[in-house]
Amino acid sequence: MYPSMLKPSGDLFADFAQLQDRIDELMTGGRGASSIRAVARAGAFPALNVGTWAEALEVYAFAPGIDPKSIDVSVEKGLLTLSGQRKSAQEAGKNSTVYAKERFDGAFRRVISLPEDSDPSRVEASYRNGVLKVVVPRLEAAKPRQIQVNR
Amino acid sequence: MNGETNQNQVAQRPQRPEPTLLPPVDIVEDAGGITLTADLPGVDQSELSIGIDGRTLTLEAPLRLGEANSLVSVYAEVRANRYQRSFELSSELDTTQVDASLKDGVLTLRLPKLEQAKPRRIEVKVGS
Repeated sequence: MYPSMLKPSGDLFADFAQLQDRIDELMTGGRGASSIRAVARAGAFPALNVGTWAEALEVYAFAPGIDPKSIDVSVEKGLLTLSGQRKSAQEAGKNSTVYAKERFDGAFRRVISLPEDSDPSRVEASYRNGVLKVVVPRLEAAKPRQIQVNR
Repeated sequence: MNGETNQNQVAQRPQRPEPTLLPPVDIVEDAGGITLTADLPGVDQSELSIGIDGRTLTLEAPLRLGEANSLVSVYAEVRANRYQRSFELSSELDTTQVDASLKDGVLTLRLPKLEQAKPRRIEVKVGS
């Protein structure tokens, strides 16, 4: 089931790669099947990273060169949607030659399903150095806490 | 002697390069020079390094996502924390006059052409 277990260990980077594969497998629920709204596409814009901690879920969208006011961040029925438009900065003039055009240009939309314990009423978004950060706090009731033992 | 050589070889074993991100770019040339635009989200202006070594232009910068409060990654499309990309420059570009600005994670680099390489009109002087 895990052919990678048969490989000799000892290479730290190979170990990381293996771990990454394992995480991918867990994230996508095994090979071939992934969340219907988060099918990994190469080069989807903006690229997303998601992390969690005790208090909140944090979504980082790598969306450089966009007026933060024009980004639409919405939460509805447990789905976080980021959408907007990026226009190419300079129009190629008559006497100019374009050698490379790799940067994304046009309308974008990305959707993430939020965990059950997230609190949609307190979502906050900020934009810095071209990265949009969306913080979705966890419900108070879902936060980890210490329970006092009485006697 | 022999053992020493072996030790050196072990010490110099090439390290696997750290994975880096290749920033997407737009490159446009006009009469005055070349404009390069690169997407570098998460880069602070103070940490962006633009180096010119001979004819090679290298962009390098760490990607930072602010304070990491023991965040556990659950999903990641960006999996390296360093941008790096190099370009070979042609000889008609003036590498001493490069102008760079970074705004909202977008770098704009202007590489002007040398004066003698710019298209120009030659004025004909009339002798008195």
